[in-house]
Amino acid sequence: MIKNRQELSEYRASAVRAFTAEPKKILVCAGTGCVAGGSIQIYERLKQLMAERNIPVDVELADEPHEGAVGMKMSGCHGFCEMGPLLRIDPMGWLYTRVKLEDCEEIVEKSIVGDEPIERLAYTIDGKVYAMQDEIPFYHRQKRVVLEHCGRIDANSIREYIAIGGYSAFEKALFDMTPDEIVNEVTESALRGRGGGGFPTGRKWSQVKRQKEPQKYIVCNGDEGDPGAFMDRSIMEGDPHRMLEGMMIAGVACGASEGYIYVRAEYPLAVERLRRAIAQAEELGLLGDNILGTDFSFRIHINRGAGAFVCGEGSALTASIEGKRGFPRVKPPRTVEHGLFDKPTVLNNVETFANVPQIINKGAAWYRSMGTAGSPGTKAFALTGNIRNTGLIEVPMGTSLREIVFDIGGGIRGDNEFKAVQIGGPSGACLTREHLDLPLDFDTLTKVGAMIGSGGLVVMDSHTCMVEVARFFMNFTQNESCGKCVPCREGTKRMLEILQRIVDGQGEEGDIELLLELADTISSTALCGLGKSAPSPVVSTITNFRDEYEAHIKDKRCPAGTCSKLKRIVIDPALCKGCTRCSRVCPVGAISGKAKEPHNIDLTKCIRCGSCISSCAFHAIKED
Amino acid sequence: MSEYMTIDGIPVEINGEKNVLELIRKVGIELPTFCYHSELSIYGACRMCMVENERGGLEAACSTPPRAGMNIRTNTERLRRYRKTILELLLANHCRDCTTCENNGSCKLQSLARRFHIDGVRFPDGERIKHAKDESSLSITCDASKCILCGDCVRMCNEIQNVGAIDFAHRGSKMLISTAFGVPMAESPCVGCGQCAAVCPTGAIVVKNNIAEVWKALDDPTVKTTVQIAPAVRVAVGKELGIGDGENALGKIIAALRRMGFDEVYDTSTGADLTVLEETEEFLHRIENGEKLPLITSCCPAWINYCEKKHPDLLKNVSTCRSPMQMLASLLREQSKLSSRRMYHVAVMPCTAKKFEAARDEFKNDGMPNVDAVLTTQELIRMIRESGIVFNELEPEAVDMPFGSVSGAGIIFGVTGGVTEAVLRRVVSDKSRTGLLSLARMGQRGSSGVKEFTVPYGDRELKIAVVSGLANAESVLKRVNNGEHFDLIEVMACPGGCVAGGGQPFVPVERRAKRSEGLYTADRVSSIRRSEENPLMFSLYNGILKGRVHELLHVDYCKGGEN
Repeated sequence: MIKNRQELSEYRASAVRAFTAEPKKILVCAGTGCVAGGSIQIYERLKQLMAERNIPVDVELADEPHEGAVGMKMSGCHGFCEMGPLLRIDPMGWLYTRVKLEDCEEIVEKSIVGDEPIERLAYTIDGKVYAMQDEIPFYHRQKRVVLEHCGRIDANSIREYIAIGGYSAFEKALFDMTPDEIVNEVTESALRGRGGGGFPTGRKWSQVKRQKEPQKYIVCNGDEGDPGAFMDRSIMEGDPHRMLEGMMIAGVACGASEGYIYVRAEYPLAVERLRRAIAQAEELGLLGDNILGTDFSFRIHINRGAGAFVCGEGSALTASIEGKRGFPRVKPPRTVEHGLFDKPTVLNNVETFANVPQIINKGAAWYRSMGTAGSPGTKAFALTGNIRNTGLIEVPMGTSLREIVFDIGGGIRGDNEFKAVQIGGPSGACLTREHLDLPLDFDTLTKVGAMIGSGGLVVMDSHTCMVEVARFFMNFTQNESCGKCVPCREGTKRMLEILQRIVDGQGEEGDIELLLELADTISSTALCGLGKSAPSPVVSTITNFRDEYEAHIKDKRCPAGTCSKLKRIVIDPALCKGCTRCSRVCPVGAISGKAKEPHNIDLTKCIRCGSCISSCAFHAIKED
Repeated sequence: MSEYMTIDGIPVEINGEKNVLELIRKVGIELPTFCYHSELSIYGACRMCMVENERGGLEAACSTPPRAGMNIRTNTERLRRYRKTILELLLANHCRDCTTCENNGSCKLQSLARRFHIDGVRFPDGERIKHAKDESSLSITCDASKCILCGDCVRMCNEIQNVGAIDFAHRGSKMLISTAFGVPMAESPCVGCGQCAAVCPTGAIVVKNNIAEVWKALDDPTVKTTVQIAPAVRVAVGKELGIGDGENALGKIIAALRRMGFDEVYDTSTGADLTVLEETEEFLHRIENGEKLPLITSCCPAWINYCEKKHPDLLKNVSTCRSPMQMLASLLREQSKLSSRRMYHVAVMPCTAKKFEAARDEFKNDGMPNVDAVLTTQELIRMIRESGIVFNELEPEAVDMPFGSVSGAGIIFGVTGGVTEAVLRRVVSDKSRTGLLSLARMGQRGSSGVKEFTVPYGDRELKIAVVSGLANAESVLKRVNNGEHFDLIEVMACPGGCVAGGGQPFVPVERRAKRSEGLYTADRVSSIRRSEENPLMFSLYNGILKGRVHELLHVDYCKGGEN
């Protein structure tokens, strides 16, 4: 139990000593992806091998320097999940990818006992081997601020977090700053909410701070629901204390003594790590009553969400914490005045809170030196889709799409061409080739009808059908609509039906106009932000790829060739020998032709079962 | 200094209105809504009341507080387009068998579709919700396939009635209003008050229809059909049947019922007079002995259901008096034993819970209920229409003897505070005209949901609470359980009392006062104002009731229907 500031700096000094005394550290990634790939078994196997060789090992940061002991850590997510399980060896900074159980012996032998990197485990692309993690193109172009500790420290250790400077921002806020100074620093930094809205965090805090009500709440939104997004999960799993520290600073600034973290139950590892982190902080006296001998008391509770997308909306989230149905409510009153339990509430998302400690430590000017004037700082993105390097990245705001897709992401997978990026998940829009050099920040994206959202980036190539993309997101929104307001509940259902019939080849003249009319009604009249933005993927795909919609509706053709009901089967007359086999296997009699002459398919009869394709010995029948 | 905002170019003074919608309606613009009721919390889900501000932004009028200098338009091209689309979307997912719907003609969706001239639904092949009807309840019928999910019933049941029998289940387009775990309504905590049906804008929750069985009895020459009319019914048929809202139409109703074929027509106020005498007796007895106080009234069947389900420990405090309907029915049943023809007795009530009360075992004789069928005011109106009777041209008639005489005290049972006032008329010693006038001002009148006051009695003060709306009742009962003393508590489940019963034609809360005024007027013009002065009472107590008061007029709910 740390009772005062003096004891905290003593604790920190001893942690630093222990941390720096480790000659080598093995950091096995224990993010969700790598755990699924077997990283825990790798960790255990390494431990066993070290024991067999009598190499001293510290699985936890020792109380006092343990000379010569190798640190064995389970770290948070490195972001390069595609290449997992990942293993990093410090202080050299080597990163081993796709590590298997049978590689462990060699790792201990060569890299721990010896001092050489294992080339075959290093990331290799275009014939070039990258042993050092920071040199890999995927990492090289990133600027990791929020994610700086993810993959670098033991995600389960408060001692290690403190050793690298953790809770020093909280200490500074608590002892060296007034609440006004804290709010001012955050306001000056121009930090904007990372949950999607981009609302200035400092303004939100100052609005809560000035409320007279003595009971206030700090709520962290960890209900990351966009398909494919996992930025917040990685922070909660990989650097949970950083987020707690951000919440505690908000507590000091706004005069709140209670914090709630609303986290998806689908993130069991994040819940486990947060629980442990809170317990550790309580044990050290960083959470609880009269923290570090001051009159500041703060407690953090975890609420697990049951998986409703809508509970990521502020008022639905607070309703859910209160035990009510996760419905958004009408505003006013706003959450800053009447939020959780009807009290003034700061509601920020995980990444926003994780930005705060650095802002307090390094100052607003430092923060504003990154990113753009209107959107300073960095942003984490989940990069997925038809791209060579998928994973979690962090770049300064204002980085162009081109840099993300082609430099960090390594470009399109295979030989296909870049077509579009869906940004912002089901509330977002698609950016096309013409947007490649657009700086990604809050305001620029709003101008082109898109939004950063929580930061999902799905890269699509020329083989992606944009109508199907719109249908996919509409299906998601329709399933996740809370059902409260009519436009969202009923409107998205009809939009989905129309999109479904278009991809099924049943689209009708006028469908595009009907979609746009419904989209206008929904986005203008829906109750909450999720409803209002639900039609965005449809509107943006119609705006940018109207010709694809028209091809589906008028020509009953899918230009990307992916809509199964619109697939055409063609016989290449140059290859067809007229063996008649296809006409015999066709179950609907769609193929006709004279023997020894090229055959024909009647597309009005064809059911696209593909029997003819597999029956053709001359590969003359193909899907168009 | 007054603050103003502008609505459709007209400057309007802001006068403490909670939201822009109230202000808009105040200037005579009927902005369409499905989910707004002034007495319920703001839900903001139907999005029909969107208005456009001077910057072209849209705001829902129901959830926007008026601000000085605000300038809004309620009827722009955009708004009309959105409203039509929203209506079209609702209709696309709605059973559109309007002509055969129980609520045909009084459906808000239907009338707004007409008002906005929805001439087609562009989603002909779209999926539409389909659910089985829940007909388990004796009071209401629920058909989720007609539900537009405005949530009015849910908020009524939870916020105003504190019953919580229904809530939303599932999500998105699968969402529906359901009892907990989808049990049939009859097995839910529902108390049958019917307020959900009252606020339901469509035919999703309607009053249970018992018309057919009544017609059948009327057509059966072997039975004698008798009918009693509750006080609140007479002031609630007006608007629907072409006379003034709140006008006392008892004489015309009697005439109509006779034309429909009823052999004898009575006024439930007679039963109410008996209730006053019995309940006063019981009240004074408890006060003398200082036992089982507060006395809680027992006329309201939804309240009895609520008490049984939520406060069984308080049942001992509930008056053992049967409700006026049951008292009169019990006398009629007794009387009919002298006749060779079996009597089929119908009660016309403002109330859906009476349908349940009539079926209770406590009120059966040899397995046969004293009241064979309860018709709500809504059903009465429908039967009158079905008969082709031109109601407003009917000559008024009087009820039948020998139970034809009623007092004004019995009539005011239909409004919250009426039972209390009737009992007080009997209790207080000042029997003068001025005494009556001052009694009217004790605090029991008015539409407030909780009214508390004291009345001097001998050398002490009687502490009285009059509550309507079960959530209001709950708040007072909580205080009782916390040890606060009351002598008498009148509970009516429906806010405002029987005039706003679940079986009445629905009027918004702002227009209910006319009905209450109608009953107070009927009382004022009565020659007999006190129940004990009703000459019929004397003959009853010396005749049919002699030695059988307890058997015929009382009930023990504590036994839970075992007898």
